[in-house]
Amino acid sequence: MTDVRSARPETHRGRRMSGIGRVLVAVYGVLALAAVGRSFVQIATKFDEAPLAYSLSALAAVVYVVATIALVRSGRGWYRIAWATLIFEFTGVIVIGTLSIVDPDLFPHDTVWSWFGRGYLFIPLVLPVLGMWWLAKHRPLAAAAAAPAAEGRDAGADAA
Amino acid sequence: MIEWFTWVQVAVAVAAGILCLVLGFAGRVPSDLTNGALVLVELLLVVQLVVALLAPAFGNQPTGSVLEFYTYLVGALLLPPAAVFWALLERSRWSTVVLGVAALAVAVMVYRMLQIWTVQQA
Repeated sequence: MTDVRSARPETHRGRRMSGIGRVLVAVYGVLALAAVGRSFVQIATKFDEAPLAYSLSALAAVVYVVATIALVRSGRGWYRIAWATLIFEFTGVIVIGTLSIVDPDLFPHDTVWSWFGRGYLFIPLVLPVLGMWWLAKHRPLAAAAAAPAAEGRDAGADAA
Repeated sequence: MIEWFTWVQVAVAVAAGILCLVLGFAGRVPSDLTNGALVLVELLLVVQLVVALLAPAFGNQPTGSVLEFYTYLVGALLLPPAAVFWALLERSRWSTVVLGVAALAVAVMVYRMLQIWTVQQA
């Protein structure tokens, strides 16, 4: 946590978690907590009823946690991880959300993503989009001191 | 779980959440008022924890899953300290908004806890 203070003068450049980004990360954190909590309860009490749905819940929960961390951390590695987790989440909510409506029998038990995240105020549907928009606007510049030009190009490639 | 106390708790958390959101969007940095509101929310959660631990001994049993109830309660207990900690770390208007988000999340979680305790058939 010590580098949070030292990075402060360049908050707009180096760190993604400053300003309104904090709200995004905070909501992500709450969603991660909710998903982990729910998945923990499901697996602890009734895993046998729907192993697939509950395994998926657990996976989604872990990905939300990783996404939250990746959004906070700076650097290109975390930037890539953030993109990967957000794309995974968005794909998940679209695919599972659609399947749960088209063929409800497939998912008799609720997951985070059922009905596009209805049980979570549709936050799982909206959040990855906001997150990706945020990432696209805040490419990693912290490591850019050494080779700014190359960094900018790579980050552009990542975003595309 | 004491029902009226829980409703008071939900009301306080919602009020704290709206207060922080309004002040945050108005550009205020976290203050004693907004941080204090979250401290109040946390204190009520601690009281709720004590009540929940003692209630079964007085014949006040949860109708739903005890595990689920405590997962919510422990999760809710973590939120205000995390938000306040963050608000102290970066003093910007958005930290005030984060305080509001945390308080509203607590309100939702407490409401779910009430459902689990009183009406859910597990």
